[in-house]
Amino acid sequence: MIHRESGLLKTSYQADMALYPLPIARWSIAVILVLAFLIVPLLLSDYYLSIINLISVAIVGALGLNVLVGYTGLVSIGHGAFMSVGAYTAANLAVRLDAPFWVSLPLGGLMAAAVGAVVGVPSLRIKGLYLAIATLAGQLIIEWTINHVTWISGGVQASIEVPRPSLFGIQISSQRGMYFFLLAFVVLAIVGVMNLMRTRVGRAFVAIRDQDIAAEIIGINIFRYKLLAFAISSFYAGVTGVLYTYYLGIANYEQYQITTSIDYLAMIIIGGLGSVQGAVFGAIFVTLLPIVIRIAMETFGGLLFSSGALLNIIPNLRLIVFGLLIIVFLIVEPEGLNRLWRNIRSYFRVWPFAY
Amino acid sequence: MFDWQFFVLLLSNGILIGLMYSLIALGFVLVYKATDAINFAQGEFVMIAGFVVAVAIAAYGAPLWLAVAVGLAGMIGFGFALERVMLRKLIGRPVIAVVMATIGLAAVLRGFGPLVWGAGTKSLPLPIPEEPVVLGPLFIPPIQLVGAGVSLLFLAAFSWFFLRSRRGIAMRAVADNQQVAMAMGINVERYFGLAWAMTGIVSALGGIVWGNLLGVDVQLSLVGLKVFPVVILGGLDSIPGAIVGGLIVGLVENMAAGYIDPYVGGGTKDFAPYVLMIIALMVRPYGIFGKAIIERI
Repeated sequence: MIHRESGLLKTSYQADMALYPLPIARWSIAVILVLAFLIVPLLLSDYYLSIINLISVAIVGALGLNVLVGYTGLVSIGHGAFMSVGAYTAANLAVRLDAPFWVSLPLGGLMAAAVGAVVGVPSLRIKGLYLAIATLAGQLIIEWTINHVTWISGGVQASIEVPRPSLFGIQISSQRGMYFFLLAFVVLAIVGVMNLMRTRVGRAFVAIRDQDIAAEIIGINIFRYKLLAFAISSFYAGVTGVLYTYYLGIANYEQYQITTSIDYLAMIIIGGLGSVQGAVFGAIFVTLLPIVIRIAMETFGGLLFSSGALLNIIPNLRLIVFGLLIIVFLIVEPEGLNRLWRNIRSYFRVWPFAY
Repeated sequence: MFDWQFFVLLLSNGILIGLMYSLIALGFVLVYKATDAINFAQGEFVMIAGFVVAVAIAAYGAPLWLAVAVGLAGMIGFGFALERVMLRKLIGRPVIAVVMATIGLAAVLRGFGPLVWGAGTKSLPLPIPEEPVVLGPLFIPPIQLVGAGVSLLFLAAFSWFFLRSRRGIAMRAVADNQQVAMAMGINVERYFGLAWAMTGIVSALGGIVWGNLLGVDVQLSLVGLKVFPVVILGGLDSIPGAIVGGLIVGLVENMAAGYIDPYVGGGTKDFAPYVLMIIALMVRPYGIFGKAIIERI
């Protein structure tokens, strides 16, 4: 049975506000959940699970950045640094105070939120280009501070080893265990953002994005909501940092440099600004890109180049493809993968009877 | 006891390095002034220009004048082509679109340079003596003098261009109001191309000077990171601002390196200008010479 909607048959506000108004959407969500929680972890080997785990971490971060850039319209090139704040907070708590992950994770997020809100303060007076540069400064200053203050960074090579997270006395150490651990947070993050955007706060964010002066005139406290957007977005970034730290078992500032900030910006632009699906698509795409390029070059590159040349080619080719994709998406499809997906879906929705 | 000689040394070094930053910042300001686009790939422009000149000299044995000519011509062509292929399509789009496009471009160039010309550091020899010029207590590397001189020369040239020449006045009109400029019969797109080509010229010169100083490899593009404090301090759309901002950044980073580094263990050089920039943003968001923007709905 193929279900098609026809007409607007909503009789209550509840039905109107539903995240998934159509039965087919609810069914597909159920199928995705069953796939994610049962089928995938049973079928895939550790190698593929490790890739999916990286994607999971990226999804949480991309969702958070999308709250700021996609929904509120404020640019941040400092999200890598906010992640490092979360990562080092959690790592210090875990090592010095033996804090379990369910304590260090929210605290890491809150710390990042506080730092993010401070970096966001200039957003009251400046925006656009100037804000982009101000957050870039935030990135460099935070990076430098973590790197130079040994009390935070733990001294040698600015990295801290963290114990594996454990829940109810069971240590989560295998890739499969990590998969479930991270998946739980991905679900939480997605549900969180989707619901945030239905609330008064989320609507205020969108109003600020569309016209901030007009938003102020209709009574939105711009300063409060801009800082709130920075804080929420940085909270997600901090949690991403903590998750990544627990996943790797080590907090290291090299994972959170300016290139990381740019990677995450690329995710939400390639995926599609201002949509949850877009952030998910973008995170999957950008995480898989270097892996696909490496595999492709290792498989077919040998036909054209020597193995020594390949060592130079692979990382540079990754950069070129990555940059070109950003540019091409911006020019050709500004709404990103999410738009492509919608186009495909709406084509099939009316499929035999397209007019 | 205050060491005057050390202080004066830091001062002169700061001024000369600052003027060399101004040269790169000039390219940034030109584009922003004319097209309202922010160029996050400025450092990569410099790097690519350095690569072209260095490779022309080292690999093809070209004489210096030819290599410089090739570098200049290449960057001018690159500027025009870039405007035509990429930036023209982004006119009228939100700020983040242009920012991200130039960040993407930066990634492409950072991959392209080492991919085509190899990852090793190349030297870019110029016929300038190695020995520092001794002026009383000062030791000044000649390359810094040349860089500062080129920078001042181009400041004068661009000031003349914008104030006196017909094209420069047209470009100011475009920067001021694109629609009115169009109505007055100015070919706006051509001037956008021209602005990018001018940035190409400045970047080529910056690439030669900085390439000689630091050597040409991917790290050369990091010079671009220094541009942001310079232009924020001076004002994004001001040519004198680029010079003043460059001087401030050069002085601050040398003073920080001289007086703070011994206490915190290095690295303040890259960090101090950004702290100063944040403070400047809080106090005077549009820079020393920048034009304050009045917003309307």
